[in-house]
Amino acid sequence: MDIQLKRGILDVCVLAAIKSKDSYGYRIIKDLKPYIELSESTLYTILKRLETAKMLTVHTVEHDGRLRKYYHITGEGIKRIEDFKEEWKEIMLIYKFVAKEDDTNE
Amino acid sequence: MNKQAFLDSLRKNLSGLPQEDIEERVMFYSEMIDDRIEEGLSEEEAVSAVGSIDEKASQEERNISQSHYGIGLIVLLVLGSPIWLSLCIVAIAVAFAVFVSLWAIFVSLAAGVVGGVVACITLLLYGKTASGLAMLACGIVCAGLSIFMFYACLAMTKGTMLLTRKIALWIRKCFVKKEGA
Repeated sequence: MDIQLKRGILDVCVLAAIKSKDSYGYRIIKDLKPYIELSESTLYTILKRLETAKMLTVHTVEHDGRLRKYYHITGEGIKRIEDFKEEWKEIMLIYKFVAKEDDTNE
Repeated sequence: MNKQAFLDSLRKNLSGLPQEDIEERVMFYSEMIDDRIEEGLSEEEAVSAVGSIDEKASQEERNISQSHYGIGLIVLLVLGSPIWLSLCIVAIAVAFAVFVSLWAIFVSLAAGVVGGVVACITLLLYGKTASGLAMLACGIVCAGLSIFMFYACLAMTKGTMLLTRKIALWIRKCFVKKEGA
């Protein structure tokens, strides 16, 4: 898959995974597993990128005597998801056109 | 490999990065391992699930080298600015001079057309028909040449804009590396 496209999709997947409630690294990986396989280093890179872009914030919570980082989506992050859904509608229209043209030419 | 050995070896592989950055990454992996242990995996299993150290380190290094290349290049550019900036200014000045000269030829030819027509009318009014017609001919020649010149200048302007765009894109490509997500 095109790298830019894949990167955009991964970003939105991670944002979606923390949208309904704050989540932490391992749970994000588990929640996304049925849809997309993420390695730890990939997730780290994405989380860093989203934090820099102010689409999420990080806070540390004590859990079982150790620290765990929780990721919280910002308004900017929610807007990114909405934009993605809009963009995807356009892409689906293009897909339908391409698939139809391809079928009639076969 | 137990968790401590994994984290130590990760830390060693990341050396060269700012200390704060290393600690942040190590904390991230440490949390990942602890969460897996909490779920019922043994320490060994949790570590191997997080991935082999070599694979991790090479992935990390790829991410790092990209950002470091950018920083190194920026430092070089700043230090070298007295040389490349002056050369750049000279190049832009020369290009600008050529640009203005060519358009100036067009403008003078266009002025020649006006001059030829005015001179022709004046001479005809004074009854010097032959000289008047000669002036008109000069004016027409100027008109022809200026039409040529106009298209030449237009092409040159477009070419310059295209070239500028290409150079800008090329410079941008040097800084913005495509990285695997």
